[in-house]
Amino acid sequence: MTTDSTFRTQMIEAREAPDQSRGVLGWFRANLFNGPINSIVSIVVILLLARLVWPFLEWAVIDADWIGTTRDACTGEGACWVFISARFESIIYGFYPEAARWRVDIVFALLAILVAWLAVPRMPRKKWVALFTLVVFPIIAFFLLVGGSFGLEYVPTRAWGGLMLTLTIAVVGIVGSLPLGIILALGRRSKMPFVKGVCVIFIEFWRGVPLITVLFMASVMLPLFVPGELDFDKLLRALIGIMFFWSAYMAEVIRSGLQAIGKGQNEAGQALGLSYWQRMGLIILPQALKMVIPGIVNTFIALFKDTSLVLIIGLFDLLAIIRAGLTDSNWLGFSTEGYVFAAAVFWIFCFSMSRYSQYIERRLNTGHKR
Amino acid sequence: MSEATATETTAPGSDGPMIEIDHLNKWYGSFHVLRDINLTVTRGERIVICGPSGSGKSTMIRCINHLEEHQQGSIVVNGVPMTNDVKRIEQIRRNVGMVFQHFNLFPHLTVLENCCLSQIWVQKKPRAEAEKSAMEYLERVQIADQALKYPGQLSGGQQQRVAIARALCMRPEVMLFDEPTSALDPEMIKEVLDVMIELAHEGMTMLCVTHEMGFAKTVADRVIFMDQGQIIEEAPPTEFFNNPRSERTQLFLSQILGH
Repeated sequence: MTTDSTFRTQMIEAREAPDQSRGVLGWFRANLFNGPINSIVSIVVILLLARLVWPFLEWAVIDADWIGTTRDACTGEGACWVFISARFESIIYGFYPEAARWRVDIVFALLAILVAWLAVPRMPRKKWVALFTLVVFPIIAFFLLVGGSFGLEYVPTRAWGGLMLTLTIAVVGIVGSLPLGIILALGRRSKMPFVKGVCVIFIEFWRGVPLITVLFMASVMLPLFVPGELDFDKLLRALIGIMFFWSAYMAEVIRSGLQAIGKGQNEAGQALGLSYWQRMGLIILPQALKMVIPGIVNTFIALFKDTSLVLIIGLFDLLAIIRAGLTDSNWLGFSTEGYVFAAAVFWIFCFSMSRYSQYIERRLNTGHKR
Repeated sequence: MSEATATETTAPGSDGPMIEIDHLNKWYGSFHVLRDINLTVTRGERIVICGPSGSGKSTMIRCINHLEEHQQGSIVVNGVPMTNDVKRIEQIRRNVGMVFQHFNLFPHLTVLENCCLSQIWVQKKPRAEAEKSAMEYLERVQIADQALKYPGQLSGGQQQRVAIARALCMRPEVMLFDEPTSALDPEMIKEVLDVMIELAHEGMTMLCVTHEMGFAKTVADRVIFMDQGQIIEEAPPTEFFNNPRSERTQLFLSQILGH
């Protein structure tokens, strides 16, 4: 029977895929030139891109002026980045007093280290670092940035500005809106009518008003109603407004994740005797949050970009400080450089967030259905 | 109709019955799902509950650990009367293990973590101790070699065995099985039933909602037939299968065993 040639007695070895489907050429063949129509479309698009991108490169890189300190350095046909480098300090620090700028450096260097520590999976003692970042770091940052104690010069928040202000607003907004959003999302699904009612009203109110209105209310209207001695800092009011506004969005994103988790998960937790907060914290939220990472990061990115709206209440964030530079009579006519630079800075931050979220998503993916 | 009043409390862990269900009634809106259920389960007793779908059998066992709320009647588990108090409910749940039709393992945790979770957070055991006892139970359901995998990497039968181990890790005094083999491919049913049979031989008090009549014949002390929210018949398996008294039971058995 073993000699019967109809049957295989040995398995065929696995072989590599044919040449044409591998490597760069293979990729081009599979994605751009896999048929006459696609090939034509690809060629047209590539030509179009070349027509559009090349002039931009010429303007931004090849013909651009990079070196110098004054307007006289701007001689070339292209962009004059001297405009940016000449006012680089104020773009970063706003009107923060020069003598105290080391404080800003320390805060953001520390923040960068902590974020990197938390972001890189290999680093040890994540729990303690996270705790430090959330509890100790804000205190350090507050005392360093505001000053007024420990012999540090007091710097009022109206002197804050530039990238430093943008990052402050973004970080506070992100760190504040996520936990608040989680609480609101859980509250909205609560069986207790009062809790549920409060959360629904909160979410629907903040979601229903434009952010500009929120900022206006925080900066203009609130002082009219609140007695003078209770009046607190304009930046703080804006921060709270931004936090509430985005937490409402965050709550709805997270709620969509909570709804995607089957009832069985909660029941299994109940049957094991876990309490409500244990079930949420150990079973439901880890799964729900993982599922809505794209939505959460989407909200973060929107938040980051919308920080530039604070310019309407007279706070000088990155974009506002660049705009202010445009009106400098020594530097008229450099708005393109200014906006392109602002766009690039925003893009770098937002794109990093997006890439990191994709990485985290892949990493957390245990890849398996329930 | 009975007046559902507070039941006398026997001390937990005493020799009294493990589960006492007394005049239990439950409605979903105006739909009367459980009608005047009375059931006493003694320690070590193995009960199989069967009946057509929608007859309330799952709902009944889910009332025992308060996954479903009842409106009338009383349930006493291991001497502890069920109330709406969260602490009381959690106390009862610690004593009652449950296995679900769809396993309900936590997909973001490994098999081992699934088994340790409640030991660590509910019983407050140190991690090392929890892992040791988890491995013992995984060994018993013969899946210890998969301990570091995620549930999604296992077959249905393996997942259900993990689910059984996870429930056993809490050292419950009662195990509830809610159609544990209904979502499995036929070739995997046996591996799960074998574990359940072994458990039954060790003297665990068990309530199983299942259509596996072979299992009922082998291990059950009593078979309960439910229809339209009522217990129609309860008898030892030989009597239940050989001369069922009610017509509905006869009809059900002829349908389920007939093919």
